[in-house]
Amino acid sequence: MATKGKVTGVIANMVLLAVDGPVAQNEICYIKTGGDRLMAEVIKINGAKVYVQVFESTRRLKIGEEAEFTGHMLEVSLAPGMLSKNYDGLQNDLDKMEGVFLKRGDYTNPLDEEKIWHFQPLVKVGDKVGAAAWIGSVEENHQPLKIMAPFGLKGEWSVKSIVAEGDYRITDTIAVIVNAEGEEKQLNMIQKWPVRVAMEDYREKPRPFKLLETGVRTIDTMNPIVEGGTGFIPGPFGTGKTVLQHAISKQAEADIVIIAACGERANEVVEIFTEFPELVDPHTGRKLMERTIIIANTSNMPVAAREASVYTAMTIAEYYRAMGLRVLLMADSTSRWAQALREMSNRMEELPGPDAFPMDISSIIANFYSRAGYVYLNNGEAGSITFIGTVSPAGGNLKEPVTENTKKVARCFYALEQERADKKRYPAVNPIDSYSKYIEYPEFDNYISSLIGEGWLEMVNEAKTRLLRGKEIAEQINILGDDGVPVDYHVTFWKSELIDFVVLQQDAFDDIDAVTPLERQQAILSMVTDICRSEFDFEEFLEVTDFFKKIINLCKQMNYSEYKSETYNNYVAQLQELVATKKIA
Amino acid sequence: MATEAFQKIYTKINSITKATCSLKATGVGYDELATVNGKLAQVVKIMGDEVTLQVFEGTGGIPTNAEVVFLGKAPTLKVSDQLAGRFFNAYGDPIDGGPAIEGTEVEIGGPSVNPVRRKQPSELIATGIAGIDLNNTLVTGQKIPFFADPDQPYNQVMANVAMRAETDKIILGGMGMTNDDYLYFKHLFSNAGALDRIICFMNTTEDPAVERLLIPDMALTAAEYFAVEKNQKVLVLLTDMTMYADALSIVSNRMDQIPSKDSMPGSLYSDLAKIYEKAVQFPSGGSITIIAVTTLSGGDITHAVPDNTGYITEGQLFLRRDSDIGKVIVDPFRSLSRLKQLVAGKKTRKDHPQVMNAAVRLYADAANAKTKLENGFDLTPYDRRTLDFAKEYSDKLLAIDVNLNTIEMLDVTWGLFSKYFVPEEVNIRQELIETYWKK
Repeated sequence: MATKGKVTGVIANMVLLAVDGPVAQNEICYIKTGGDRLMAEVIKINGAKVYVQVFESTRRLKIGEEAEFTGHMLEVSLAPGMLSKNYDGLQNDLDKMEGVFLKRGDYTNPLDEEKIWHFQPLVKVGDKVGAAAWIGSVEENHQPLKIMAPFGLKGEWSVKSIVAEGDYRITDTIAVIVNAEGEEKQLNMIQKWPVRVAMEDYREKPRPFKLLETGVRTIDTMNPIVEGGTGFIPGPFGTGKTVLQHAISKQAEADIVIIAACGERANEVVEIFTEFPELVDPHTGRKLMERTIIIANTSNMPVAAREASVYTAMTIAEYYRAMGLRVLLMADSTSRWAQALREMSNRMEELPGPDAFPMDISSIIANFYSRAGYVYLNNGEAGSITFIGTVSPAGGNLKEPVTENTKKVARCFYALEQERADKKRYPAVNPIDSYSKYIEYPEFDNYISSLIGEGWLEMVNEAKTRLLRGKEIAEQINILGDDGVPVDYHVTFWKSELIDFVVLQQDAFDDIDAVTPLERQQAILSMVTDICRSEFDFEEFLEVTDFFKKIINLCKQMNYSEYKSETYNNYVAQLQELVATKKIA
Repeated sequence: MATEAFQKIYTKINSITKATCSLKATGVGYDELATVNGKLAQVVKIMGDEVTLQVFEGTGGIPTNAEVVFLGKAPTLKVSDQLAGRFFNAYGDPIDGGPAIEGTEVEIGGPSVNPVRRKQPSELIATGIAGIDLNNTLVTGQKIPFFADPDQPYNQVMANVAMRAETDKIILGGMGMTNDDYLYFKHLFSNAGALDRIICFMNTTEDPAVERLLIPDMALTAAEYFAVEKNQKVLVLLTDMTMYADALSIVSNRMDQIPSKDSMPGSLYSDLAKIYEKAVQFPSGGSITIIAVTTLSGGDITHAVPDNTGYITEGQLFLRRDSDIGKVIVDPFRSLSRLKQLVAGKKTRKDHPQVMNAAVRLYADAANAKTKLENGFDLTPYDRRTLDFAKEYSDKLLAIDVNLNTIEMLDVTWGLFSKYFVPEEVNIRQELIETYWKK
């Protein structure tokens, strides 16, 4: 018999219930008001007094109205048919909702139960299966998806029966498994999993080491992220967080991309809805939308559901990782998620931590980031979740709780800088403050050397040193004046500008420049390094400025041209000619 | 509002603060309206049988035996075509002496648009001001504020934009507006003969502060009527959103909430987002565009109000007085329209994006040269050319008194490029240089 409750208090989206039976922390209940059923989650229990956060507007809710508990936590339904879907933060299918405006209490099925899938069994009767074992496969949008034994399954089970290859619905029973006690389970293609619990049915989680190519030079070349890695992008508004995030999600070499639009602008989600069905995945040639799932909980949608949306996204990512796929999860922005936590903590009158955020904000962030990672599954295959979150620091100040706590756990840091954005040096990632810890892993060094060849990381480090040196010299020139420093200083400064303009800066809105494949990135860095390593002969600083501006212009024209095309080769020739005029042999 | 016969009247208030009062009552819904001795109030908290009401015009003079009547509904506005050309207060009651509006009564602050039912904005709003059209192009369905110090002419620029933009309705939501500015707008709208497409919801500094909280929802409810029911292009002007946020902080303070940054409530981001996200392009052709004003204190954009606003809106426009030309300009560095790439080079000429970026980059070089000059260093010939360029660029394009179409703006900029620079200094794609460089 399900526990029932009655409303005894309402403060915005926090509601107090008096309950008549057992209730679990984080349990889901539905409050009935005026014909609507409002979904809510338990956040605090004090005797028979239960605090719930309602995932909807509480307008017109009255004392004495009834609530019914469901006996389970907030969970998602996982099955084939989720690719290309647009969900809200609670995994309601937004396209199935009627009308232009969202209606309170309108919950839609995230899955299509009528759709037929061609199922191929991967096990036979008598085979042993454990949690998340692959028992069959279906194909969706050219992705080989696995049908798995239930996540969290305990003990030894074996296959009692399995259907033959053929066409089935996700609700059809496709296998029966049995354990030593003779207990039987009928399996269909649907999994359910509570979003706040990490899915850990894999063998081990090694340090990640494989480059995740994004086509963004300032990331791949300078501070690479890896499959199963974690990164974050903090930046004041207007520095290009969203453009950079969209670039990564369009271009990254991942099998599945999940975008959690968490408390951000609706028009940004509309941009994805509009463009992704048209854009082509640079790696497979298929439409980007085919590999994408969007979790849209924009800033005007209910706050509690915003908090849930990142967990919904992560759980869906874990589902695909368990199939041995490479998943990229982007969350924009984790600050909005933290603010949702703050609003609720405030309403519960908890003692506030720094900036009125809840005290446990650091452990909440750490636990969430740790759900990403590269894993070896129980069958020896590998899968990964690469997680990149953006952070919107209040006032652009990186010394605020969300940024600081994220910095402790994320391994890549892409600092977007107001000054660079003001100068239109996009992407405005500061090359000196940003870092990738993966570049220090010997595993990564081995991997990248086998991919591009020896000496790559030396070139990268050399470029970084030149950028730092260039910045120091720019400061000296500002103090001493152009004439107050030796001509050599100008050469060093302009070499760093060359790296900045040609390697770091990239036009996300230019068809060619927007994506740079690794091979081309290697060519660019080698070309720039060659010029930087050369000695030049100049009489005075004006000559230096003039010379390097011409070089930069040629290199930029090259970046705008098709790789190895006639135009491109033409620029290469012009560049060589120009360099030769001043180079000391 | 008249009391109806069947409504229960409560006459025992337990506690009163400056903005709220509490009493014992049953059968009350959250967010519901009530009157306290005739003053309008709204339910903000229910705990058992104790109901807390926020009294919009303040609790001054309310006795403990005041008559409290619950109205059984959230704040509403009557919507119909009769709204056009009228002036209202924060409750949606006419203040222009005209008759009451007849129409459908709808709750303000209604539900959000399903994101999958939105259309990507793609229609340019031309204002003639190059600082906006060239560098920070506006698009229907966009939301963008002016970030300005109180002494800057933001209301005038906003009024200019509103009058020049091709829209079906202009809805002005005034919050804490001085009476002088209110009269300015009223005069401007009447004289331009545009009164039939104007609707005003006005809370001046003479009205109670908390009443302001209703203004944006009133204005946007009217906007949704015209955009959804009539498929019209609606432009909503909200000035000044900082005054709105101040009213929020007053209420949250009275409710004993823990303040976050700058004494603002922790929910400031969500509160502002609920308003700004009403900006939308509907597939049916109707749209709501929001241009707002956020006043700053000494240009400080790290304050919680401009900071949270910047994360919500699709860009921001900064005004600045340029001492070199003695005019107010739209600051090209700090201003940004996030939706400009949806129209720049697509609805405008294809050289637009690159020309825009190159000009701003050269303007930045001029700023560096200026710093050098101020520090007493020698300028290179290039530095001097950028300074001359910057002055003319500022005067001919950035100043707010400019009125050109986008083709003219681009041509003027190409003219300045060729006057002061050689092609390799502007870093523009070769094919565009070949087409547009003025020989």
